[in-house]
Amino acid sequence: MDIFLQQIINGLTLGCVYAVVALGYTMVYGIIQLINFAHGEVVMIGAMVAFSVIMALAKSGLPPIVVVLIGTAVAVPACMLVAYLMERIAYKPLRGAPRLAPLITAIGISIILQHVAMMIWGRSPMAFPQIIKPHTYEIGGALITSVQIAIILISFTLMGGLLLLVYRTKLGVAMRATSQRQDIAGLMGIDVNRVISATFVIGAALAAVAGVMIGTYYGQTQYTMGELLGLKAFCAAVLGGIGNLAGAVLGGILMGLVEALGTGYIGDLTNNWFGSNYRDVFAFIVLILVLVFRPSGLLGERVGDRA
Amino acid sequence: MTRDLAGDRQQLLRYAGLALVAVALIALPFALVQVGTAWVRITNLAILYALLALGLNIVVGFAGLLDLGYIAFYGVGAYVWALLASPHFNLHLPFWVILPIGALAACFFGVLLGAPTLKLRGDYLAIVTLGFGEIVRIFLNNLSRPVNITNGPQGIARIDPVRIGDLDFSTTSQVAGLAFSSPIKYYYLLLVFLLLVIVINMRLKDSRIGRAWEAIREDEIAARAMGINTTSLKLLAFAMGASFGGIAGGMFASMQSFISPESFVLVESVMVLSMVVLGGMGNIWGVILGAILLTFVPELLRYTVEPLQKAAFGRMIIEPEVIRMLLFGLALVLMMLFRPAGILPKSVRKRELSTIAK
Repeated sequence: MDIFLQQIINGLTLGCVYAVVALGYTMVYGIIQLINFAHGEVVMIGAMVAFSVIMALAKSGLPPIVVVLIGTAVAVPACMLVAYLMERIAYKPLRGAPRLAPLITAIGISIILQHVAMMIWGRSPMAFPQIIKPHTYEIGGALITSVQIAIILISFTLMGGLLLLVYRTKLGVAMRATSQRQDIAGLMGIDVNRVISATFVIGAALAAVAGVMIGTYYGQTQYTMGELLGLKAFCAAVLGGIGNLAGAVLGGILMGLVEALGTGYIGDLTNNWFGSNYRDVFAFIVLILVLVFRPSGLLGERVGDRA
Repeated sequence: MTRDLAGDRQQLLRYAGLALVAVALIALPFALVQVGTAWVRITNLAILYALLALGLNIVVGFAGLLDLGYIAFYGVGAYVWALLASPHFNLHLPFWVILPIGALAACFFGVLLGAPTLKLRGDYLAIVTLGFGEIVRIFLNNLSRPVNITNGPQGIARIDPVRIGDLDFSTTSQVAGLAFSSPIKYYYLLLVFLLLVIVINMRLKDSRIGRAWEAIREDEIAARAMGINTTSLKLLAFAMGASFGGIAGGMFASMQSFISPESFVLVESVMVLSMVVLGGMGNIWGVILGAILLTFVPELLRYTVEPLQKAAFGRMIIEPEVIRMLLFGLALVLMMLFRPAGILPKSVRKRELSTIAK
């Protein structure tokens, strides 16, 4: 079953990226119960900034790995800044407002970011400069490239790092306290506003890396890439149980596998009635099924059902 | 006695005002033609968006359910029209047969979406509706094989115009020395629809159903405790909103005579939502104002910004399309931050949002 294994490898790679993006959604949701609709656009901006830097340095003679690293190193703070400003301008003033208010601003921010990106980087897709020649390895009849291996390794490192941050540091304790009871956390001497900002900024840093990874994997970026990617990652976060870090990782990887296997086998299963062009449907079908049958997700606790 | 007289006078003034508005609305297209037929078309588009926004207003404004996939129903209505009145299937059903079918089809999809999702809380519902909208679009894009239903990304062309009796809406007819061109005819047809939808909206708002929706929006648990069947009423809001969307979609298809999945993307849903939010959720006149503003301002910008930029920089720096989108985004953000109740707030909504609940 080399096709099966191949789809597993592709799905795992994609799933790792989803998981890293989903962590950003789930952290923000866990702490202030907001669906940060614009998170996908932060991923896009990360990819765009990194690509611009990489393109500028492509002919500098530096080793390719160093160039990509520099690109990422520029993209991460850029995304952090965007997320910080976004939280300050659009979400903070609406804390305590009816729930739909920040969701609507989030949609607005997402559109603004998308079109500002279009003005800066143009409408057409930007190709990734071919500076890395990926090695291809064969395992059990399936192929895996060095880029895929790198994506999987980096993703797991990031996830591990985040878990350490949340469960082993003072900031992590503050974050968990704030997510449980904001006002009590404040009484305990936690600067709630700073913790919330930190949550957004950490999520954005992860998003930036995810942007570089997905851009490298697909070989191109476009100003619209954040929309669908963000939505799928959000679906993944819901699948795992929103607000739960391990859930986001599990949901992300499962979502990647579902998409890869679904796309790979839908043609055979439906006698070619449906083809691989339906690949974007799977995430939403999973989302609807999860919300109907297990709204708390795979690992989530029961959440209140009031808007 | 004197009070009655004053009352009569006020009544009279009101009728006079209404008559004046009616005359102005009837004369409007002929005034616009003087500037350019394009403006009649833009006005038609504004009315179409007003229809859509009023439909969405039932869901978002009255019942408080954020629907981000609303354009899917518009798409369903448009495709029903296109399939039943075009050479694609070689069907040419008349106007008054297709319209109810389109509305019913959209209504069916509204129930289909609503039934499994309505027990979800507000923000989840928003994402599910968004996902639903995407699913519909993906299917419209791909249902061209193995059986060609939607003709895929190429869309469906040569859709029949509206024909009522001998009156063909795609040609110009001369009546009493006045040239009624195709856009002008559609303008009157759309105006009739708009009036109908306004009346339905107004009647709904103050009806038992409307008050129940308001109760659900304010506090669902309390509403249920008061004996309101929240599930069926929410479903009703979805179904009604969807049918209005379907009707607007049908009009769109016949007016454009060409549709493709391109017209039913997420951004369009957001655009209609911006109109509702900008004008004032739940307020009928506010929503119409929002639709008019967000259709006309970008068009005006198109006519001013382009030459201005060319004169200043010698080339286009910012495309009008981008400005349009930035405007929608800004409208959403700024309205929520500074005037969450909209330009014309609904009285209840104003009270509700001014005392920010902890």
